[in-house]
Amino acid sequence: MTVSVKAPVLVVVQLSGGNDFMNTIIPYTNGIYYDSRPTVGIPAEQVLPLNDTLAFHPRTGPLKELYDAGKVAIIQGIGYPNSNRSHFRGMDIWHTCEPNKIVTEGWLGKTIRELDPHHANVLTGVSFGRGLPRAMVAPGVPVTSVGDLDTYGMMTGISDVQQRQEALALFQEMYAPALGSGPVLDYLCHTGTDVLKGADVLKQAPAKYTSTVQYPDNPIAKSLRDVARVHLAGLGTRIFYTQHGGYDTHASEVPTHPRLVGELSGALKAFMQDLEEHNAADEVVILVFTEFGRRIKDNGSGTDHGSGGGAFIIGTRVAGGLYAEYPSLDPAEQLYGEDLKHTFDFRGVYATLLEQWLGLEAAPLVGGTYEQLQPFRH
Amino acid sequence: MSDNDLALLAHLLRRAGFGATWDELEEYATKDYAAVVEDLLHPERFPEVEEDVVCRYYSLGTIMEDSPAVWQGRWIYRMINTRRPLQEKMALFWHGVFATGWHKSEHTPSMALQIDMFRRNGLSDIKTILLDLSRDPAMLDWLDNSENHKDAPNENYGRELLELFSMGVGNYSEADIKMAARAFTGWTYAQPIPLYPYGFYPTHFHYRPDDHDDSVKTFLGKTGRFNGEDIVEAIVKKPATARFIARHLYNFFVADEPQVPAWNQMPPQDPQAISALSRAYFDSGGDLRTMLRVLFNAAFFKEARFRKVKSPAELVASTMKLVGTYRFPDPGLLTLATASNVMGQSLLNPPTVEGWHTGKEWIDGGTLNERVNFAVNEFADVTKPGVQAIVERLSALGATLTPEALVDHCLDLMGSLTVGNETRQALLRYAQNGGELRFGTPEERQASAVHVGRVLQLIVASKEYQFA
Repeated sequence: MTVSVKAPVLVVVQLSGGNDFMNTIIPYTNGIYYDSRPTVGIPAEQVLPLNDTLAFHPRTGPLKELYDAGKVAIIQGIGYPNSNRSHFRGMDIWHTCEPNKIVTEGWLGKTIRELDPHHANVLTGVSFGRGLPRAMVAPGVPVTSVGDLDTYGMMTGISDVQQRQEALALFQEMYAPALGSGPVLDYLCHTGTDVLKGADVLKQAPAKYTSTVQYPDNPIAKSLRDVARVHLAGLGTRIFYTQHGGYDTHASEVPTHPRLVGELSGALKAFMQDLEEHNAADEVVILVFTEFGRRIKDNGSGTDHGSGGGAFIIGTRVAGGLYAEYPSLDPAEQLYGEDLKHTFDFRGVYATLLEQWLGLEAAPLVGGTYEQLQPFRH
Repeated sequence: MSDNDLALLAHLLRRAGFGATWDELEEYATKDYAAVVEDLLHPERFPEVEEDVVCRYYSLGTIMEDSPAVWQGRWIYRMINTRRPLQEKMALFWHGVFATGWHKSEHTPSMALQIDMFRRNGLSDIKTILLDLSRDPAMLDWLDNSENHKDAPNENYGRELLELFSMGVGNYSEADIKMAARAFTGWTYAQPIPLYPYGFYPTHFHYRPDDHDDSVKTFLGKTGRFNGEDIVEAIVKKPATARFIARHLYNFFVADEPQVPAWNQMPPQDPQAISALSRAYFDSGGDLRTMLRVLFNAAFFKEARFRKVKSPAELVASTMKLVGTYRFPDPGLLTLATASNVMGQSLLNPPTVEGWHTGKEWIDGGTLNERVNFAVNEFADVTKPGVQAIVERLSALGATLTPEALVDHCLDLMGSLTVGNETRQALLRYAQNGGELRFGTPEERQASAVHVGRVLQLIVASKEYQFA
């Protein structure tokens, strides 16, 4: 059943590099955890327990607050079949929903096409960060890719305001559609004009925005604040994409990983507060995912690539709690004798969001039918 | 040579290389067109890029420790500075056809060595190229031939060799794929290439007779105890292979064709050109140099100006040639790699074995924004040597310059660009605001340089600049 929200919005947060799920949601009573992780294991007395066996990382207090308020669904043991531990292949699989062959169409690109089949709004899909993630790519689907919301647009390198205005006016003239110039030039004119339009609309967002919420000073908080500013400006964006990098903690995990999950946790809390302050939280759901989990045993400094990661679905309409199963740490149950075996197919999470949140038929978008979760309050 | 010939040379160098400055064009023009083509076809006549200087600034001197970003930057540096432009262009051509992605193995040495192989054999004959490719560690891993065993054949390489690397869909059967796969059993590397657990060690081809299926096979209508060499031998004799390679060359050097998977349904836009190139293929035993000699000297090539959307690497390298920076491995080369990446082309890392989707598909809102902003930013600083060279040439035309002359000469000096009426009018309107340019005093020259820089920024922002 679909949640009844007028124009539901999905915000995707990609944790790039492979977030260490076992050090995010920690099996703090399991001896195998501590035996396997003499270096990176988090001492039981420091964790933030959420029940008798699992706990949040000590640096993720704000995320636990959201959890305690019933707004966080933790999807345990999410993954894909035949994990080969490559970041890029792993990310490709998450982006395209295709674990067996290499394709280029992204699941959100296809989703945007369903949400806005006539390209009525160039801002239906907005990605923050330079370069479009493959998840957002589908032929013929315009997606706006914003490096920095405050300086977004064409010819932003021209610092003199008047000179830039003049250059933009001439740009518009140069990209005016011309009869008989052929399909490729026409397409270029169209695309150039769309970017100008998108930039024109987007620049309203920072101007309209006021908030009492203080976001922490880190990259993912900055991106989520940008999402909030665009969402609150009411520009019709339905899919937002953001990325938080640095999770590839082969080495120096002890100082790095706590900082990252701390940044993430603070950013998510501020973002939710901001939406709630503006009565705009009910139409937003956040998906936090990563390409894979990490190896059960640490390597003396960090952890190598593994499988069986975790994801979060966050929002005021979410029925908070634990979903799917925490992968077993029992050596007999381990994948390749050293990895967590995933317990839930990631495509089932996508299908859950597509059908129950966005109200779309999931099978054509994720390439089949997968078991779904029930993480929403109706 | 007349100006028209410089325009033709500019076209040739955009396609057979990564563009050229006006100074370079004038030097090329001391020979006639056909002789310039011969020089391009014979890279060995010119010195190599001095890799040792590049290593000093951009490498620990070994391919083992370097990240792909370093190799992307180093490749773009070569594109800008090579005196063998066609050699570098052929490496990019084959990289697009035999698309191997770093993202599967994350093994940089084997990718760097594969590109070097294309530099070495890119202008040789198709048989050599396909055999080298079949023995290349990066390819053996990418398409799983290392997992292609006598008792458990893996069809991945056999299939793509036929479908994407030589004949094209519709010219062979599923049974041929199975036979090709069996013929390549035992073709593997000396040690596996993935990073884990041993780190970045390079490896080399290793043939294992004990893992080779030596049984009798029927492939493309012939029967025998075929090994991989026999498969390549059979493939290169087929007209389908000649046409397929011809179409790839046309698509890369002449004019954008539809994406490769559509080729068996959509006929080529210029069937006569494909016939001419296929004839050259058979006349020469599949020699790339011969095919390209026909191509670059043909009317269909000379007339096909601005019929291709520049790939990101071409856009970046050709823009850098025009602004004249990075003629030395200065710091910051990796930002050029980033620029190409965010425009959609991560060198050494094409998204799939199909290679990059090219032509119109290079362009979307995000990538166009990156392309325009990159080029406009590069032309923001009028003290860059390339901009100064253009100002110098403009000032040599006389003490003053009319707005019309300014626009026309700038378009010319940027590589004999032709633009549509809307673009020309916009440029002209901007030029007119500045009135006549004067170069009499140093102050006038300074003010004129700034104005010229802005005209150049508008030119590189134009839609026409997106085309090669």
